[in-house]
Amino acid sequence: MSTFQIFYLNGKPIPFKQGETIMDAALRAGEYIDHLCHHPEFRPHGSCRICMVELDGKSVSSCTQPAIANTQVDSSSDEMIEQRRSLLQMLFVEGNHICPGCEKSGDCQLQALAYQNKMLSPHFKHFFPKRALDASHPDVIIDFDRCILCELCVRASRDVDKKNIFCVDGRGINAKLIINSPGGKLGNSHFSADDKAAQICPVGAILPKHQGYDIPIGKRRYDQQPISEVDMDNQEKDQQK
Amino acid sequence: MKICQFTNDIIASFNQQPDMLLQILIKIQRQYSFIPQQAITQLSKELLITEANIISVIGFYAFLHTKARGHYDLRVSHNITDQMLGSVKLTAMLTDKLSVQLATPRKDARVSVDLTSCTGMGDQGPAILVNGKPVVGLNKKRIEIICQLIESGTPVKQWPAEFFQIKNNIQRKDILLSDRSDNGAAIRALLKQGAQKLLQQIEHSNLRGRGGGGFKTGLKWRLCQQATAKQRYVVCNADEGEPGTFKDRVLLTTQADKLIEGMTLCAGVINSDLKRPCKGFIYLRGEYQYLYESLEQVLQKRRDAGLLGKNILGKQGFDFDIKIHLGAGAYICGEESALIESLEGKRGIPRNRPPFPVTKGYKAQPTVVNNVETFINAALIAIHGSDWFKKVGTEQSSGSKLLSISGDCARPGIYEYPFGTSIKQVLVDCGALNTQAVQVSGAAGFTIPVQYFGRCIAFEDIPTGGSFIVFNQQRDLLDMVKNFSDFFADESCGFCTPCRVGSSLLKQLIDKVHQGLASNRDLDEIKKISQLMCKTSHCGLGGSAPSSIMDTLAHFPQLYQQRLKNMNNEPVFDLDAELQQARQLNGVDNV
Ligand SMILES: Cc1cc2nc3c(=O)[nH]c(=O)nc-3n(C[C@H](O)[C@H](O)[C@H](O)COP(=O)(O)O)c2cc1C
Ligand code: SF4
Ligand code: SF4
Repeated sequence: MSTFQIFYLNGKPIPFKQGETIMDAALRAGEYIDHLCHHPEFRPHGSCRICMVELDGKSVSSCTQPAIANTQVDSSSDEMIEQRRSLLQMLFVEGNHICPGCEKSGDCQLQALAYQNKMLSPHFKHFFPKRALDASHPDVIIDFDRCILCELCVRASRDVDKKNIFCVDGRGINAKLIINSPGGKLGNSHFSADDKAAQICPVGAILPKHQGYDIPIGKRRYDQQPISEVDMDNQEKDQQK
Repeated sequence: MKICQFTNDIIASFNQQPDMLLQILIKIQRQYSFIPQQAITQLSKELLITEANIISVIGFYAFLHTKARGHYDLRVSHNITDQMLGSVKLTAMLTDKLSVQLATPRKDARVSVDLTSCTGMGDQGPAILVNGKPVVGLNKKRIEIICQLIESGTPVKQWPAEFFQIKNNIQRKDILLSDRSDNGAAIRALLKQGAQKLLQQIEHSNLRGRGGGGFKTGLKWRLCQQATAKQRYVVCNADEGEPGTFKDRVLLTTQADKLIEGMTLCAGVINSDLKRPCKGFIYLRGEYQYLYESLEQVLQKRRDAGLLGKNILGKQGFDFDIKIHLGAGAYICGEESALIESLEGKRGIPRNRPPFPVTKGYKAQPTVVNNVETFINAALIAIHGSDWFKKVGTEQSSGSKLLSISGDCARPGIYEYPFGTSIKQVLVDCGALNTQAVQVSGAAGFTIPVQYFGRCIAFEDIPTGGSFIVFNQQRDLLDMVKNFSDFFADESCGFCTPCRVGSSLLKQLIDKVHQGLASNRDLDEIKKISQLMCKTSHCGLGGSAPSSIMDTLAHFPQLYQQRLKNMNNEPVFDLDAELQQARQLNGVDNV
């Protein structure tokens, strides 16, 4: 068995194996680092930049950066929080987010991280993009307005479902999610509500049809407790199973 | 020819390889002025790539389209250097005379006009690409003739030859440009000394990358040599996308042999045991497509002379050959890992690092990516030795640097200087008078004010990939800042949040300053976004996009201050602008 080395996250010692990323080591040790495009079941992506930390003063993304022995990693300073807040605000103004009326409210990682990082307003000027909703599929709806381009659905559909239904088109602020099907509609694709890609969206962009507000707003996952605690609790339960 | 037949032939000519997708698309685009849906369907079937994936590749590259362009597809170079030479008025004249709107093909499908990022003709602009071929030295007369040629339907091949005559404008030569060694001299040196000795020479020479990053070339080659591999790759970065740079164009035109020599040398060094195959690529930016044929000829000539191909110069097992891959209008593809993605036929999104290309590059194999000028210098070091090389330049920056000089000076063009040459000296030599500032190293580089003209071109002082744009006292530097912030918003690959959103936010805010509508609060906002992009971007594009903004804010604060509408920290509320949407909705103009 390989031996563990140690780095320090906000002063706490975190053991890691050679080659392991800061994020993976931290999560395994029960320490949450804010993130959106990262998912433990998938290869690190590194696009949302929410998980940026300071490694001995250098800015790195913790989901892609291999941990280094005896280094100090900071994710909790006021500066780090402000930085995350700005990145979250950018994601908010880039799309059209309707939190109060969103079916995902209270279950949405973007919203939960906004609370956790004390975001009070979107701050930047809204882009108000015009993106059409796709309700062509019998069981699932896609509202591109709420897509944050984390590419989790892209990866899930390609790597797990082996269907390769999603990809990102365009570049810069015009980057957008598209669907592989005749005419580009989800209804014409082989997408199914049982797909991994249907379960993985961190925001309210991919939503199941025929159910709404089963759990009232205010009683959902992140309504009661911050995301850092909820996700770590869940992980603990998973580990006990 | 039918689309289906044409597409089939192209696919077959690329052996049905999915990683040739981009090269195939470029050929189809050239034939039809767009990629027809029928071709997409066919490509999807033959290459086993989803249609959406193909569409997303088309959508990434500025020179590829899913809708037809005009029969004459014009792209006006939109760099600040073109603007300084009058491109804005000339573009207006062009669209006016042709009765066409920017970015929308004319109804009769005869012509389309677009703007494009710097085409690498800064010393002879304004420039325009006509169906991919550069026309330089635009002026009113040329615009008039071009319009006539288009309206009369004259094939581009029959246009006046002088339109397409690209000058080299070499103004100053040093060790590189004045070298007259025989073809093959560097490879002979390699075979004589052996790979390890030669690598030591490169290391001892302290040669550092000329593409902008300045990484030690010897170390890069050694890391690649040491990495475990099934195969190794040598890639020449001829993307030259940095606004204001054109030295690689001149090197590709006048020194192609020596470039290929340097690449062959690299192959011999990194693959020294000759046990595995080693292949090379020249990644040639789409704007330089017109150089493709002449480069192919040089490659063929060298194969015929035994300098490329199998058993090079008679050495058993020394096999190395080079393919040219074209880009299609994406500045980010100059970043080495994005370049490799593009070589693999994909969208040019920079990879996560580590692993670095030297261990996992093209097809996950060890890959050296070097700039054109770097390879040529390596060849010279092999021929003349590292001591010879170190005699030129400074302690920490050995050798020479090619500068592409444009803007307000009497003699724009290529200047080769020993490292350590001062900005002041360069300005004197190129005939620049009343200079206000120099933008060194392009849009991603540094704005140098007069008080720093004593500083030198060197890795330890002012490092540069080679762009050198001169601004005289009459210029409004904010025009430059605006041009660059438009550039970065256009060229951001869109992968990471800070650059995808931040570059567009900056563009809006700089526009606001430029129009005299900003307040101090907007300036604070600009600083905040700039810092965020520098700190959190995934790659160097986002990290350097705010650099001309930060530099001008530091050295030329009055540029911003004198334009503020409101000196207080209150947000500026422009009633007219806010009402614009309501007016449009109501179809009235008196709300
Ligand atoms: C946005 C961006 C654009 C770049 N464009 C170029 C380019 O056009 N040409 C180039 O040689 N290097 C370019 N580079 C640097 C390359 O990533 C890489 O460092 C270089 O090709 C290595 O070669 P060198 O060591 O010989 O300079 C760019 C880097 C970034 C971040
Ligand atoms: S739809 Fe959801 S999972 Fe897919 S990219 Fe957008 S935000 Fe991510
Ligand atoms: S910094 Fe810009 S160009 Fe680089 S990965 Fe991020 S979005 Fe793409």
